[in-house]
Amino acid sequence: MGRKLLTEHVNVEGIETFAVYRKHGGYRAVEKALKMTPEEVVEEVKKSGLRGRGGAGFPTGLKWSFLAKPEGVPRYLVCNADESEPGTFKDRYLMSKLPHLLIEGMIAGSYALGARTSYIYIRGELLYVMRILEKAIAEAYAAGFLGENIQGSGYSLDLHVHPGGGAYICGEETALLESLEGKRGNPRNKPPFPAVQGLYARPTVVNNVESLASVVPILNMGGDEYAKIGLGKSTGTKLFSACGHLNKPGIYELELGVPVEEFIYSDEYCGGIWKGRELKAVVAGGSSVPILPKELILKTAAGENRLMTYESLSDGGFVTGTMLGSGGFIAMDETTCIVKNTWNFSRFYHHESCGQCSPCREGTGWMEKVLHRLEHGHGSMHDIDLVVSVAKQIEGNTICPLGEAAAWPVAAAVRHFRDEFEWHVTHPKEATAPGAVYRGNMVLA
Amino acid sequence: MEPTTTPAKPQFSPAAQAEIKRLLTHYPDDRKKSTLLPVLHIAQAEFGGWVSPEVQDLVAETLGLRSIEVYEVSTFYTMFNLKPVGKHVLEICRTGPCMLRGSDELTAHLERITGAKVGETSPDGHFTLKEVECLAACGFAPVVQVREKYYESLDTEENVHAMLDELKGLVHRPILPWEGNLPNSLQNN
Repeated sequence: MGRKLLTEHVNVEGIETFAVYRKHGGYRAVEKALKMTPEEVVEEVKKSGLRGRGGAGFPTGLKWSFLAKPEGVPRYLVCNADESEPGTFKDRYLMSKLPHLLIEGMIAGSYALGARTSYIYIRGELLYVMRILEKAIAEAYAAGFLGENIQGSGYSLDLHVHPGGGAYICGEETALLESLEGKRGNPRNKPPFPAVQGLYARPTVVNNVESLASVVPILNMGGDEYAKIGLGKSTGTKLFSACGHLNKPGIYELELGVPVEEFIYSDEYCGGIWKGRELKAVVAGGSSVPILPKELILKTAAGENRLMTYESLSDGGFVTGTMLGSGGFIAMDETTCIVKNTWNFSRFYHHESCGQCSPCREGTGWMEKVLHRLEHGHGSMHDIDLVVSVAKQIEGNTICPLGEAAAWPVAAAVRHFRDEFEWHVTHPKEATAPGAVYRGNMVLA
Repeated sequence: MEPTTTPAKPQFSPAAQAEIKRLLTHYPDDRKKSTLLPVLHIAQAEFGGWVSPEVQDLVAETLGLRSIEVYEVSTFYTMFNLKPVGKHVLEICRTGPCMLRGSDELTAHLERITGAKVGETSPDGHFTLKEVECLAACGFAPVVQVREKYYESLDTEENVHAMLDELKGLVHRPILPWEGNLPNSLQNN
């Protein structure tokens, strides 16, 4: 069992209250940060090698260092708690169990960035988590960790929680900012980047919940020490949310570097595939990343063990690799229909496209439609190429990455499971029978 | 079916007005519009689980916005119901991870039990079925959200009926804001 830096005290009774959290070392990171200069705090986070935990994996310290700091203009830190990438449910867990960990990370982060007002933008479905956070925030105010002159340091900060209204796209940082301004969640053209013109056109940093929570152990142990945990450039620990056909789905905090095979099969983690079945495929980092068949998720194309790191999961690029993404780990057993699953995800992206860019608005609809007919036995061989071609035309032609997120899973499913798509065309009756399972024993025409 | 229509000129309750006043202090004075989503949530909870055009006009008036600014937002976000709904809206997650653990079967089962199809309200007015996308509870699939509460691991008859029994018990009482009982998945982890 590896070290736990975020969830070490998660099972302590009452850890969601200020008093218990404080007793277990809570708010030491804030006390430490307030004795440092803001630049030194940024430097520690840079040294830690922490990469954004929301999905993109961009180095957090570097993101912080890009923030513009014009004289006399307020700047903002906004926490992205719009967790809605299918397969991902770690932030909901972290916020409901350890609300003070996020608040502590946000105070330290806000101090480092010079923000005087910060927001947690939480997806609207999580109103009950918002109430947990608001209670914790009130406790932090009462204890002098929020508000005027925090712990006598002269630094003041207000922190507020803001609910969304149900829209996956608001996880994209500029859509989130639009939404926080009370508008439709349409992503903005970049540049200007939020670091220069973000919330209310002022310099803004948007960070994922887990990224901000990770700032706490980083400051407590020091950036250099944190960087020693993990493997190579994948430093620290990361929360993985495991779901699908696993014996023990749930949230696991791993030191980056655990072999994928161990994560799936070890009783310490997911405990293997349910019902004694075989693993068929895995979507390793939330629904947007390429799906991989069993052989390629357990071992790279070169035959090396695949590890739970940013680098190892992306080994082989999109031809034989995937991405770590948000850590949303979806396992599928041998009875899973890949065509149906791909259609389901396409429906999701079509539903969630904001409609601003034609390639995405129209393309996601086309992919859903064509995949629907393939799944239901009305497709042709041409449809298989058509859906790949539509995916290609979306990719790179949209304002925000939802286009890519919709295109990649489709392209990868056809790349790795083309025979199953073809079977749906050549054997529509068998493929659409209730409980039909493709076993790869078809004869290709 | 209980009346779900909105009075012609709806008004926020004093409690809601106080909450809106508190929310307004969270944003710069010239950025009142930022309160729009939180205030729409309050409005939906106050006026029978949906936001009629009249209610949206009230929101606009309260925040000093034009009505169109409210309409364009309420129609973008899926949580706002633009038509009357039953006492409980069952929001069934249909996305991949829930589908892998039986959300299709769950939906069919709920349609059978409630007598409503997805998008409809049951004849007794108790339940509206609504399919939604990923609720971020994939490890405890399949999942249904009702107001602020998550009902998880609905892959057994027992859990489905426990949910419905609980909700039926609430049908004839005013529904209080849900007081922080964590979903099963978060209780003994």
